[in-house]
Amino acid sequence: MAYEPVLLARVGKADSTSIEGYRRDGGYETLARALKDMTGEQVTEVVKGAGLRGRGGAGFPTGLKWTFLPKGHPGPIYLCVNVDESEPCTFNNRVLVEKDPHQVLEGIILACYAFKATTAYFYIRYEYGTGMRAMQNAIDEAYAAGFLGKNILGSGYHLDVFVHRGAGAYICGEETGLIESLEGKRAWPRIKPPFPAIEGAFRKPTIVNNPETLANVVQILKRGADWFKSIGVPPDPKNPRDAGSYGPKLYCISGHVNNPGVVELPLGVTVRQLINEHGGGVWKGKKAKGCIPGGNSMGLMTEAEFDTPLDFNGPGRVGCLGLGTGAVTVFDEDTSIVDVLYNLCRFFQHESCGQCTPCREGTGWMFKIMKRFQAGQGRREDLAVLEEVADKIGIMPGTTICGLADGAGWPVKTAIRKFRQEFEKYIQDGTASKSKPLPMAAH
Amino acid sequence: MIQNNTVDAGCAGKLPDSIRERIVALLPRYPNKQAVTLPALHIVQDELRRVPLWAIREIADILCLSPAEIHDTMSFYGFFRTDQDPLGKTRLWVCRSLACHLRGGEELLAEFCSKLGVAPTETTSDGKITLEFAECIGACEGAPAVMINDVHRKNIDQPEKVDALIEELRAL
Ligand SMILES: Cc1cc2nc3c(=O)[nH]c(=O)nc-3n(C[C@H](O)[C@H](O)[C@H](O)COP(=O)(O)O)c2cc1C
Ligand code: SF4
Ligand code: FES
Repeated sequence: MAYEPVLLARVGKADSTSIEGYRRDGGYETLARALKDMTGEQVTEVVKGAGLRGRGGAGFPTGLKWTFLPKGHPGPIYLCVNVDESEPCTFNNRVLVEKDPHQVLEGIILACYAFKATTAYFYIRYEYGTGMRAMQNAIDEAYAAGFLGKNILGSGYHLDVFVHRGAGAYICGEETGLIESLEGKRAWPRIKPPFPAIEGAFRKPTIVNNPETLANVVQILKRGADWFKSIGVPPDPKNPRDAGSYGPKLYCISGHVNNPGVVELPLGVTVRQLINEHGGGVWKGKKAKGCIPGGNSMGLMTEAEFDTPLDFNGPGRVGCLGLGTGAVTVFDEDTSIVDVLYNLCRFFQHESCGQCTPCREGTGWMFKIMKRFQAGQGRREDLAVLEEVADKIGIMPGTTICGLADGAGWPVKTAIRKFRQEFEKYIQDGTASKSKPLPMAAH
Repeated sequence: MIQNNTVDAGCAGKLPDSIRERIVALLPRYPNKQAVTLPALHIVQDELRRVPLWAIREIADILCLSPAEIHDTMSFYGFFRTDQDPLGKTRLWVCRSLACHLRGGEELLAEFCSKLGVAPTETTSDGKITLEFAECIGACEGAPAVMINDVHRKNIDQPEKVDALIEELRAL
């Protein structure tokens, strides 16, 4: 049965960004009903009951996170909306914010009402200028219509939302890096605990959520938790700790496919389905060699693993770090695996914030080795060094403050494990890989 | 509390009132003044194409911080430019991350370098275009993608499109 999109239902409509258009489609009715009939706690209970898990990459249960805020706190409590979206190959939130900003804004207001936040910061990466302007316009319209500001719809509840622009740094997507950046400092992630729910922005309790997560909040309150749980993948009965993968997901498809784009599907679609049924198949009639299944940080999948479902558990079963952002980038059979890994290592070396030595040095070493590989000078011992570095940096081995380093290690580990023969052939033949990087000035 | 220790008679007054007012207007949005650091740097760089040292001092003054604190934050984000390397009229970013790389992003960057006669981060001699490489700009469905200031331009996949884009930016 074909799935009917809800999160993207309005994207593509002529008037998808205006408040009139949104209200014509029933927009803000859910908010009005919640403000009238429900307490904040009840909103949280519905979201918790739906089993919604964060769409920003970590998959933490959203309602549960909200309950970590201190009970009866005198405030202020903050919401930071994480629109840094810098995970390479990920652009689903851009589409959502550019094309349907009011849906995201309604989610922001519902969430803030649920946990009694009176200020929300919409932290958006600088690169999303179009999305920033769309959201600023939506915010202005919402103030004028009485959905923001003092005494919203006569409920006595008040909320302000402010747009805050980033300045081109991936690490601002890590929630405590985001908070430091918002506070006007270097985006150096904080040591946790304390988690933001206890001590976040401006040392006050803070929730950080992704826009897609917040759009789902609107749909859950509009359609009910049962509707949400009828979509996606229920918990594995053999795993008591599995919270399930309920609801829709915005999947991105890019790289060597015929029709790159974003598509909304129930959680649990396979990579192969995504590529063939929604991405128009691999380009030029070629075969795929593999993909990165959830942004740069999740590691690599081989073509043979393409039947893996993209839910919160699937990618882990084939050695990937997790679902990540659900952004699939496909590379065809003629792509050099050295080029792919070179690109990924360069990214992490460039974006490491430099705070933890294992991450700062490790990402640098890994990139240096990949540079050598690309020039046709890979050494036999390089593979072992790469694996050792990749294994030893990150939160999981416990040597760094944030997860960037895990994300840097995973592509290396999975690439070498899954494509070892190809690396060995490069070493043996001394061939350089195809694309020549330019000498980059400065930075 | 952070003390205002930036009483520097030589620095006040160079920042145009319009910029100063826009910065001050943001203060009520945040519980402390330091949070206005990034917005203030953006406002200044948008107008002046760089953040001069004297502007750092004046921002510090408005936010009751030391200039070193502003500079510390500013230098973390490779985004901001100083007196030594001001931006040209338009900033052109070429994405080099994976989805673009797989569809010729590296070649596209090389094409821009040779046609503009600059390396990434440099500005053309007429001061019109500053070329930058970018990590994923979130427009991967239109790879290879570029960004003109903060607006995406997708599928720049032929030399003719490069020529047309350069012409367009030179005319600005
Ligand atoms: C290096 C790094 C980068 C991240 N980047 C993003 C990002 O761009 N957007 C995002 O929503 N979450 C990002 N996250 C995850 C956030 O820390 C956080 O878990 C998320 O925003 C929570 O929102 P959610 O629960 O709604 O998913 C990143 C995490 C790490 C470690
Ligand atoms: S792991 Fe890397 S990115 Fe994260 S805080 Fe440490 S140095 Fe910074
Ligand atoms: S990889 Fe170039 S825009 Fe995402």
